[in-house]
Amino acid sequence: MLRGFNRLFALPGTTVFAHSALAEEQGVERWGVNMTQGVTEVAQTTYNLHMLIFWICVVIGVVVFGVMFYSMWRHRKSKGYKAAQFHESTAVELAWTIVPTIILILMAIPATKTLYDIYDTQEADLDIMITGYQWKWKYDYLGSEVSFFSNLSTPRTQIDNQQPKSANYLLEVDEPLVVPVGKKIRFLITANDVIHAWWVPELAVKKDAIPGFINESWTRIDEPGLYRGQCAELCGKDHGFMPIVVKAVPQAEYDSWLGERAESTAKMKALTEKTFTFDELFAQGEKVYNRACAACHQPNGQGVPGVFPAIAGSKVAMGPLDAHLSMVIHGSPNNPAMQAFGPQLSEVDLAAVITYQRNAFGNDMGDTVQPIDILNFKNKQ
Amino acid sequence: MRLSENAKIATRLLALAASMLVFAIFVMPPLYDAFCEITGLNGKTGSKYEAVPAAVDSDRLVTVQFVASNNENMPWQFRPSVVSVKVHPGEVMDTVFMAANPTDRDMVGQAIPSLVPFKAAAYFHKTECFCFNQQILKAGESAELPLRFIVDPDLPPGVNTITLSYTLFDVTERVSANLDNKNTDSEREG
Amino acid sequence: MAHGPQPGFKRWLYTTNHKDIGSMYLWFSFAMFLLGGCMALVIRAELFEPGLQIVQPEFFNQMTTMHGLIMVFGAVMPAFVGLANWMIPMMIGAPDMALPRMNNWSFWILPFAFAMLVSTLFMEGGAPNFGWTFYAPLSTEYAPPSVTFFIFSIHIMGASSIMGAINIIATILNMRAPGMTLMKMPLFVWTWLITAYLLIAVMPVLAGVVTMMLMDIHFGTSFFSAAGGGDPVLFQHVFWFFGHPEVYIMILPAFGIVSAIIPTFARKPLFGYSSMVYATASIAFLSFIVWAHHMFTVGMPIAGELFFMYATMLIAVPTGVKVFNWVTTMFRGAMSFETPMLFSIAFVILFTIGGFSGLMLAIAPADFQYHDTYFVVAHFHYVLVPGAIFSITAGVYYWLPKWTGNMYNESMGKVHFWLAFIGLNVTFFPMHFVGLAGMPRRIPDYALQFADFNQIASVGAFLFGAAQIVFLFNVIRTVQGGSKASDEVWDNPEGLEWTVPSPAPYHTFSTPPAVR
Repeated sequence: MLRGFNRLFALPGTTVFAHSALAEEQGVERWGVNMTQGVTEVAQTTYNLHMLIFWICVVIGVVVFGVMFYSMWRHRKSKGYKAAQFHESTAVELAWTIVPTIILILMAIPATKTLYDIYDTQEADLDIMITGYQWKWKYDYLGSEVSFFSNLSTPRTQIDNQQPKSANYLLEVDEPLVVPVGKKIRFLITANDVIHAWWVPELAVKKDAIPGFINESWTRIDEPGLYRGQCAELCGKDHGFMPIVVKAVPQAEYDSWLGERAESTAKMKALTEKTFTFDELFAQGEKVYNRACAACHQPNGQGVPGVFPAIAGSKVAMGPLDAHLSMVIHGSPNNPAMQAFGPQLSEVDLAAVITYQRNAFGNDMGDTVQPIDILNFKNKQ
Repeated sequence: MRLSENAKIATRLLALAASMLVFAIFVMPPLYDAFCEITGLNGKTGSKYEAVPAAVDSDRLVTVQFVASNNENMPWQFRPSVVSVKVHPGEVMDTVFMAANPTDRDMVGQAIPSLVPFKAAAYFHKTECFCFNQQILKAGESAELPLRFIVDPDLPPGVNTITLSYTLFDVTERVSANLDNKNTDSEREG
Repeated sequence: MAHGPQPGFKRWLYTTNHKDIGSMYLWFSFAMFLLGGCMALVIRAELFEPGLQIVQPEFFNQMTTMHGLIMVFGAVMPAFVGLANWMIPMMIGAPDMALPRMNNWSFWILPFAFAMLVSTLFMEGGAPNFGWTFYAPLSTEYAPPSVTFFIFSIHIMGASSIMGAINIIATILNMRAPGMTLMKMPLFVWTWLITAYLLIAVMPVLAGVVTMMLMDIHFGTSFFSAAGGGDPVLFQHVFWFFGHPEVYIMILPAFGIVSAIIPTFARKPLFGYSSMVYATASIAFLSFIVWAHHMFTVGMPIAGELFFMYATMLIAVPTGVKVFNWVTTMFRGAMSFETPMLFSIAFVILFTIGGFSGLMLAIAPADFQYHDTYFVVAHFHYVLVPGAIFSITAGVYYWLPKWTGNMYNESMGKVHFWLAFIGLNVTFFPMHFVGLAGMPRRIPDYALQFADFNQIASVGAFLFGAAQIVFLFNVIRTVQGGSKASDEVWDNPEGLEWTVPSPAPYHTFSTPPAVR
């Protein structure tokens, strides 16, 4: 039926719904009209609650609108109907106050029960701290060294319509949050700058991330899979571009992932000692720049006048190295929008991106920054 | 005659509006703070606890987790010395957080505590905490920041894990701005 | 001393006549409605397809913010004040508003407030981009420099609303004709009396919250910054303490308008007058204790969550009473379907649908899935567009013959209605679907599965926009001429306003009428 509906709009010779046709080719489910049933018990309960209230509303609606349409049809002046003059009836008025109240009480009972379930965060198997940043998420696995940022991985060219959009357009990240299935996972949610909200519909988890304070929530995922969500609280320019991807895997797979992730963190530390060529750094720097800097300073380094300064010809990128290092590593003391990237990027990436900024966009400073320089700068004092 | 009647009503309503403005600016914030402390809203843990601790409940063991994070551009290294401890309610427990200022300027930090679950906030007493004061670290300096707390024996049953989070804010500019204000004030007085 | 209006521009600048001021309010609000509507069309055009085509995210956020602020403070509220100015003195048999000089001020500061607000679009860093709810710290530490002008314009709008409300209360309490007891007042007067009290109670709170922002930004206080011992969540509590009653400020006068129109065209008295008054009062009271249902996901203790959930659900009862009353008024009437009646019936149906989604949103655990999605956008547009906009439109068509002495063009009115009705549903109904399917609000670009319904919604938005051109044309034609309206205009309508000639003379009820 929906296909027919679609055809209705697909006028001959036009490309209305071009993107949708594209979406269909890629297996994106179209015309979704309802809440997901999710992959957790809480999500299922929430869905059931939602449908219950919905059907109650439908029934009330049918009755009320039924009476209304009936009288609009039957009681019209054009048919010569004579108006009755009745008004005020205590019995009727009492009835339509009491009956809705009873219906409301019946609704409140399951809602209260579900709310108590959602609030029971005790006895978790795993704690993950989630921090919202403008405009990415950071995940810390408490009790282990594993900690990483999760950025949007949809290329800028797709957003700017220079390339066809992929199936998970705007809902894909460079590194998903990996969790085991069947375990109670507690999320501690906070933010680094402004208020964000962490939302994954299939887990029925949505909690505000508030700078300075922590919130908690929990989930237990039944089925392995990839579950996608988005930031749900307006947090500035790229609010629409900070998705969440949760990858639920069996416990064994999770354990080995966690082991590898910890190892690669250690390896990264070792790489810090290595010396790279200019070309290696420049190439890596471009990647890091597009991921971490381009959102504000723009892919062409021109910034946004009045809001985000340009890198091209910038006093910082073309000035003394120490000031540039300090700006990138510690952020700007004057402008909160320029974050401290020291804790967010590895030494290798920091070295690469600073090298890139000093040599791209016609800056041509000709100098190279090595990871060890970053480390020395950090530990200088 | 009618006009004076109107003026009377208008004055009264204007006074009502003015009192609502005063209510919003001067009453709502402290009211909210008081409300937070009572209910544990936002995990606010209240100020310094002075009471004598009650008897230790050695049958019960509660896990207290520590997490530390930095707000926006705070460049300090800041972390708990231990990730979690197990305590008996009523027992006095000490721990430290490690902080280091890696920059080449003197800075002031302020740690803001937040605790979950919220219902435990009223039962978590700090007798000594670095969060009561601003912390000053000179360029390159590091420090151990002490915390001493007691979990109240009346902690509701079912609460077995408490997570205490500190977010470290850079208040260097805020402090210097206030100092400037004070200086100009005293100059004016002088 | 019955003198006419001064000639030329001075008439409008210096006027203290409630009819002149009412007209100015209405024209001003219509201009703001078109401006806010154009911003909505920019939003819908950008959302026509996935990807960024027309505007960049930064400007998109400015559009959503300005659209919300202009529609709430520039279009809906002044329009209701305009109707109040025109109708309340005529409905209660008063010669004018109680405080005519203040009436002039409260209108004339509005254009300055909005000129200042709109000028922020051309400032460095752009207009406010933090949403019409301006949550701290996005609106304080992270705001563009234009935020200061935003704060001042909110102050001026607030002052205007408070002065307007004081005037309305003084008029209703002091200026009624002899025999016009409180329980004889038309419901429009009643709902406005209650609304005016709400305004006086909460507009200062809004002024307070922006003042606290101003102090945080410029004077080093930290009401909303955790670093200095404040709390960003406090902002939300104070804002919604204003914001929820504000929602009812935008809907209660609408109840009054519809309660006047439906009995006229059903040719049957309103079913339960006194229960309508009590329902309005209880909605107003409840509006003060439900604010945190806008903040279910902010992290509240469960007791708070439950309290606000129950209190919010309770609002369904008096709201239901109102809907049942209108339906019962229609039942066994002798209905005819002129344009005001069409808009009123659409109001009842669509507002009820908005009420249903409101009830769903009240259920806290389900709200965790709805919160900040397009489901919420669909909900509040269903209560505000058919609620406020349709009722204002219905009111304008209903009283326009009384104001101008001319009948509007009925067929054009019907075209306007059907275009608006279809446009509105095509725009906002699909938003329920994309919201439930998981699309967050306030995003400039979206994932592919939301593309189809967004495209439909965008088409509907332009249809709805086009409908307003028909409205403007019809009103201008009626002001200029047309078939003469009788004094009663409609079939035996109730109310003192129908006892004066059409068009209503510049001064009415210089001697109080006799009220039976």
